[in-house]
Amino acid sequence: MTTPLHGLLEQDPVVATAGAGMFAEALREQAVVVSEADWRPPPEESVEALGRVLADRRRAEANTLALQRMTAAGADLVDVRPAREALGLERGTFLHAGPPIEWERASGPLRGALVGAVLLEGLADTSEEAEQQLAAGVHALEPCHHRDAVGPMAGVVSPSMWVYELRDEVHDHTSWCSLNEGLGKVLRYGAYGPGVIERLHWMNTVLGPLLQEAVRARGPVDIKAVIAQMLQMGDEGHNRNRAGSLMLLRELLPTLITADGSSADIAEAVRFSGANEHFFLNLGMPACKLSTMAAEGIPGSTVVTTMARNGTDFGIRTAGTGDRWFTGPANTPEGLFLGSYGPDDANPDIGDSAITETAGIGGFAMAAAPAIVKFVGGDVPFALQATQTMYEITVGEHTAYQVPILEFRGTPTGIDVAAVVRTGILPQINTGMAGRVAGTGQVGAGLVNPPAECFTAALEALAEQPEA
Amino acid sequence: MSDHVELRSGVYVDSVGLMQVSRQVATTPGVQAAQVAMATDLNVEVLTGMGFTVPGHATPNDLLVALRADGEEGIAAGLAAVEAAFAALRPADGRAGGAGGAGATFGQVPSPRTLGRAVAAVDANLALVSVPGRHAAVEAFDAVDRGVSVMVFSDNVPVEDEVRLKDAAAARDVLVMGPDCGTAVVGGVALGFANVVARGPVGIVAASGTGAQQVMALLDAAGVGTSHCLGVGGRDLSAAVAGRSTRQALAALDADPGTKAVLVVSKPPAPEVLTALEGYAAGLATPVHWATLGAGRPDLTEAVEALLVATGNAVPGWPRWAPPVDGHGPGPSAALPRGRHLRGLFCGGTLADEAMLVASSELGGIRSNIPLSPELALGPDLAADGHTVVDFGDDTLTRGRAHPMIDPSLRLERIAAEALDPSCGVLLLDLVLGYGAHPDPGPQLAAAVSRARAAARAGGRDLPVVVSLTGTRGDPQGLDKTADALAAAGAVVHLSNAAATREALALLAAGREEQP
Repeated sequence: MTTPLHGLLEQDPVVATAGAGMFAEALREQAVVVSEADWRPPPEESVEALGRVLADRRRAEANTLALQRMTAAGADLVDVRPAREALGLERGTFLHAGPPIEWERASGPLRGALVGAVLLEGLADTSEEAEQQLAAGVHALEPCHHRDAVGPMAGVVSPSMWVYELRDEVHDHTSWCSLNEGLGKVLRYGAYGPGVIERLHWMNTVLGPLLQEAVRARGPVDIKAVIAQMLQMGDEGHNRNRAGSLMLLRELLPTLITADGSSADIAEAVRFSGANEHFFLNLGMPACKLSTMAAEGIPGSTVVTTMARNGTDFGIRTAGTGDRWFTGPANTPEGLFLGSYGPDDANPDIGDSAITETAGIGGFAMAAAPAIVKFVGGDVPFALQATQTMYEITVGEHTAYQVPILEFRGTPTGIDVAAVVRTGILPQINTGMAGRVAGTGQVGAGLVNPPAECFTAALEALAEQPEA
Repeated sequence: MSDHVELRSGVYVDSVGLMQVSRQVATTPGVQAAQVAMATDLNVEVLTGMGFTVPGHATPNDLLVALRADGEEGIAAGLAAVEAAFAALRPADGRAGGAGGAGATFGQVPSPRTLGRAVAAVDANLALVSVPGRHAAVEAFDAVDRGVSVMVFSDNVPVEDEVRLKDAAAARDVLVMGPDCGTAVVGGVALGFANVVARGPVGIVAASGTGAQQVMALLDAAGVGTSHCLGVGGRDLSAAVAGRSTRQALAALDADPGTKAVLVVSKPPAPEVLTALEGYAAGLATPVHWATLGAGRPDLTEAVEALLVATGNAVPGWPRWAPPVDGHGPGPSAALPRGRHLRGLFCGGTLADEAMLVASSELGGIRSNIPLSPELALGPDLAADGHTVVDFGDDTLTRGRAHPMIDPSLRLERIAAEALDPSCGVLLLDLVLGYGAHPDPGPQLAAAVSRARAAARAGGRDLPVVVSLTGTRGDPQGLDKTADALAAAGAVVHLSNAAATREALALLAAGREEQP
């Protein structure tokens, strides 16, 4: 027979407290080890929903399962293909970042990127014509996430664009992401000038096919392993991808340079990829997407499976509420600006790249990337604290992604909606900043949080999900 | 307006550091625009776009300093700011970091913000919740789901939440002590309001905080220690909760090799729940004794005495501290008349219950805010009416304020008021010592007793005061010291609450006999 109450009566009590400090004090006087929660009341409007969600008998096991699946998910780069083929993307359909949105409410950078994509697809001859078509609703807009894809910043994907294809063999899932265009005036930041379109054409006709050949010749590249390593090399996988980009290049170079192409084209492909510090971002993101996809559809789980922004709205989805989006107005990042740009030039938060934080890296792994912290105008202690604070709102720790300076502790993984509402601690997101005017491009980089109402709304929905 | 563009070679600063430098320099008075950056294609493009002329030989390994300012003075100020900003980037005195973050100490671990995180932080095996009642279930579920037993001190928790919580706990083989559980002793550690007692063979299951403290204090006085005292919450033996935690606690104590006998302490339970529990207890290897208050049932002192006899221990004379009697002192005086009614002012609900049970057999119905039957309920003003017992620890009197064992002010006011009420014949008070209680409540109460007796005397009345003092010699406040102070103020002090009540009744009867 096992001892009742897990042997409580045979052990020295080690006590955790929430509430009046005098009780913790009285325990310390008795030389008892005490862990005192810095408890604060949750928002009034969420008290009832919290009560119901915490009482849900499925929650604890469901969240444990969600974390287990998220950390077990694999992520192998297996192919590079045109979106038309890989995603079955029809001509006239354009994917974008974040939750669903219509043209009327779309922000400058998303509009700019859509205009650029319409031009790229040859559906319009001028940006004015493209804009008219989009405003008239001629083209279909759809979130990347609805096709198991992700796109950084505006995240616009059109049929002719090439995408990386990643596989999670453990859960038999596939995800996709566009190829990274580099920095500056690029489509994903809303720029659509001739240089932007020209580069995209080159990516479609030269870079994509070469990468496809390189990947196919080499065989699957374990992206999850690269992420694990880059975190130990000073990257956090969202705004700092230097080590990851170099490691990826190292994996691809042998078969890239022997690909069937002109030496000039191969040299340009290598130069382009090597010069791009965010080359890896577009692989880290779909890898994170595979991780969060593995947690989707777990009844009773309060774990966040998507955080994404379209430049107007911030949206989240959870494991326990299926495909339903919970949205709120996207905040504008705070940080540092390129050139003479300032806060007035910045567009609200945009992009699917917050999938990295959703999966336990990016802002959640900031302690691993001390060099990035000055994006926030802070310092290294801030980075440490950011990661350590995220443990307060996550279900557990990643088994593969670790932070050396925290004694190789796993990154905080699996954002718990209930914990966010209980503590008022919002997920920390590292991000780039797009100019608010279409065609501007990148204006800076910084930090941002989701709006709290996404989480309170998701909590309400979770509270309404009946236990079977 | 002047432009200044400067190329510095052999310098490398991380781009994010440079962005910070740029921002700092741009805010310098006189400077209109500033960009300090490595001369990458992108940055050169940005600077060109800003109207700066960048030397053609710049390479990505060169540092560009570009300033636009009001004349040469502005440029000079800007350049000084560049140097200052670079200096600030360098760590001082070997310390990591620059200016230091907003209150963050390097590597400091933030405090846990939820009970679940607090449990995880130290791998706790027990949790204690004392947040406001409407938030208590959330924290308690968090602990239960982490496989940890939890004491819920908070009151005002809905009974449906209590049932759900206890069912969830049973499924995980953890115990919910509470809600409204004031007292527990686990493995020798006092939680909430608890006295310092020796470890010993008697395990206590308590649906009553002060009831548990009273029996532990009596056992301590008899030289018998306590193995564990597991609180279960004041409603556990109600029909709605049906003894859920009591069963678990009995099973745990039955399996505990250090527990030779169990005593269940409760306010008046639902009869069918008590019957079911008695049936359950009969199947256990460890004998279970019952100190469950009710009409016609033994009081707590009698229940402890029965347990002592059953376990082969001697029943001691229960401690009593009497005031010095010198004719002029504060002791009971027959020279002045007394009021006719008992006034009990309690902090402990179970002690108040017990006092009413003991007194009502002699006095009949006693009005109270926690009445033995509904028709005896006091109005919301708690105004005294005949024989009256007030529980100042009741939920309705603790919303938004500390328990009277910590904040005695409401009761002290009432003591002063009773002193002026000619119908008040005897004041019966309780005082509970131990962890969690006021650090030294004796002097304050003694002064109140003294003033009350003096006020009554000034009004031409004698006002005897009896105090039921629950405590042990190990308590931090000092049992004897506290009792002596109260006795010196003119109170008769008893360790046994039942004995205190009986003495109050005797004093009341004596007063009646002298006044026709």
